Amino acid sequence: MKCMLIKYASEITLKGLNRRSFEDALVRNVRSSIGGHAVIKRESGRLFVNDYSDEMVEKAAKVFGVISVTVAEIVEKDIEMIGRAAVEQLKSQTGHKTFKVETKRGDKRFPLGSMEVSAKVGGVILRELPELKVDVHKPEIVVNVEIREQAYVFTGERKGVGGMPYKSSGKGILLLSGGIDSPVAGFTMAKRGLELISVYYHSHPYTSERAKEKVVELAKILTQYTGFMRLYVVPFTEIQMAIIENCREDELTIIMRRFMMKVAEVIAEKEGAMCLVTGESLGQVASQTLESIFVTNSELAMPVFRPLIGMDKIDIIDISRRIGTYDTSILPYEDCCTVFVPKHPKTRPRLSEIKRSEEVLPAEQLIRNAVLGAEILNFKL
Amino acid sequence: MIYFDNSATTKPRSQVVHEVTECMEKCFGNPSSAHRLGMDAEKKLKMARERVARLINAKPGELVFTSGGSEANNMAILGAIDKGQHLITSRIEHPSVLRLFEKLEKDGFPVTYLDVDRSGLVNLEQLAAAIQENTRLVSVMHVNNEIGTIQPVPKIIQLVREKNRKAKVHVDGVQALGKVAVDVKKLDVDLMSLSAHKIHGPKGVGALYVKNGFNLKPLMIGGGQEADLRSGTENLPGISGFGVAAELLGEDLEAKLAHVKALKLYFITMLQALDGVLINSPADDVHADAILNVSFEDVKGEVLLRALEDYEIYVSTGSACSARKAAHRNYVLPAIGLKERHIEGAIRFSFSHLNKLDEVEKAMAALYKILPVLRRVKK
Repeated sequence: MKCMLIKYASEITLKGLNRRSFEDALVRNVRSSIGGHAVIKRESGRLFVNDYSDEMVEKAAKVFGVISVTVAEIVEKDIEMIGRAAVEQLKSQTGHKTFKVETKRGDKRFPLGSMEVSAKVGGVILRELPELKVDVHKPEIVVNVEIREQAYVFTGERKGVGGMPYKSSGKGILLLSGGIDSPVAGFTMAKRGLELISVYYHSHPYTSERAKEKVVELAKILTQYTGFMRLYVVPFTEIQMAIIENCREDELTIIMRRFMMKVAEVIAEKEGAMCLVTGESLGQVASQTLESIFVTNSELAMPVFRPLIGMDKIDIIDISRRIGTYDTSILPYEDCCTVFVPKHPKTRPRLSEIKRSEEVLPAEQLIRNAVLGAEILNFKL
Repeated sequence: MIYFDNSATTKPRSQVVHEVTECMEKCFGNPSSAHRLGMDAEKKLKMARERVARLINAKPGELVFTSGGSEANNMAILGAIDKGQHLITSRIEHPSVLRLFEKLEKDGFPVTYLDVDRSGLVNLEQLAAAIQENTRLVSVMHVNNEIGTIQPVPKIIQLVREKNRKAKVHVDGVQALGKVAVDVKKLDVDLMSLSAHKIHGPKGVGALYVKNGFNLKPLMIGGGQEADLRSGTENLPGISGFGVAAELLGEDLEAKLAHVKALKLYFITMLQALDGVLINSPADDVHADAILNVSFEDVKGEVLLRALEDYEIYVSTGSACSARKAAHRNYVLPAIGLKERHIEGAIRFSFSHLNKLDEVEKAMAALYKILPVLRRVKK
């Protein structure tokens, strides 16, 4: 009999009294990811699922908190039986010359120690497959044996995405543009267990419907990890027009970003979220200098998470490729219309000056209109 | 809905839709099959060929059905030339001609690109000087898709014949059909490309006129359909729909052209009341009436396009700023000497005889509302 064996982050098992709620979240997420009605059993830092397929392994490996997934053979706690299961698995994966057996003994009442189990199982393998040799330092393949209520034998593990179970650490609002950075920022925070709701600012007719479709596509890609994503498409033209007509050109971007944050904060309150998440990286563009971030950040009650703040673009691109958002992010619709980008934006704005410039704007009304006018889209994996 | 993007494509007439559907449902036989179903299909094919031929005053046997205008252009050019021969074209051709010539140039063919003037007309002196003994093919479009320029095809052909008896002339007639009267015999052209979906026919079908006696090489080798020039089982529903579209277009064509002329004149008169407007395709003899290219100053064409969409008015831009691909970059407007500020605000309104005068009025009313708003955002 086989089962899917899922290992999860040791961090979860160290959560003391809260461990249970983290594990509950993990089990829930694994279940909704793999679908079906499999029985998921938990035992000392492992999940055992009584159903398996290549597709389910792939899906489970994308669940935050999972560090590896494998399909294990379940046998009686008997050296000969364990050995035979190991031999079968090695036979199905040809091309290896050296191996090693690694044993974990969860059942402390089992009479043999883990070293002894490894040695004896190794003996069975050598007897049945004489062409193989043992190499404890650099084996080409590792046979894993875990002794618990029953014995589990497996070779090869699919590496999981890691992190903490999604939705185990509260809720935040992700400012999702069509670019490379913001989906990576969202992924990074979701991986730490933060539930995400995305917000996109749409400036019809200045930005195209295709730009919006691109953001929709990115939100959908993120559901591969989060299972579900709500996207607010916020009409932003009125705010931009008000700024353009009343404020200085070089302050346009910074004031616009302050409004984006405020709108996001209102949506956060509405959604019961407690933080904002952006893809800012220090110094990447004019609006991401320390001075600009200081001004953007200054009037917010909520913490703003900027997980990419200390990362280089090239590393952000790497993650974006790995999580599958890159090809969508680089579609050329995003910055097609540069009407709202000043030629020389301020890189060192001063809060007092910006606040004075903003005074003429009916901020409250503008923000309310934007939030009320938002189109809410829900995406499920 | 006001559809002013008829140079991109046209809405199929209901008779066309009916014909295509009926063909698929009732006449699905392979024209090459020996049985009656095959014969029925072959009859349809024959009828369509006669209909399209009649529209351009060709003999039915001179038409090869293709998958559309691009294939017809590729087929005409690649099928007519041999290694090393000199080729001539203009700078404002459709990408299926221009990019093909650029590729041929890379492959070692000498190519001359004719410049165009402010109206988009090719320079005939330059053409005369360019024709050499080795010149094999001159390819020019009859009506330009962006600005509607009507090239002096008879003069071009006359010039080519005078200078070099062996040189052949291909005319991309995709935008000409339905916009000007097309008569291949009067023009004395060797090859002409046509497309169905620009004349209220179905997409995925076009034709190449090949003058009787022209020895064209096929691109597609196979079962020998279309007189061995275009192998592959015929797209009968499309071809038959093309035939119906051609037949419909031919009815009162002059009245249709006159109606479109009235639309353009009316539109231009109304546009002249607006500030900051430059007409790139005036109502004169060298511009087709179906195409009206206008530059709106201090506005981005793409933004204006989307604003018009809110009024359910559909148009094209002269230059899409998001189009970074070489195939999408506008080269026609720069070629006629337009400056950047007029290129980025260019909009192409393209008409069909199905458009109505009150649609022009509605479009103007929308422009009156939109332009001041968009111009508030100065660059």
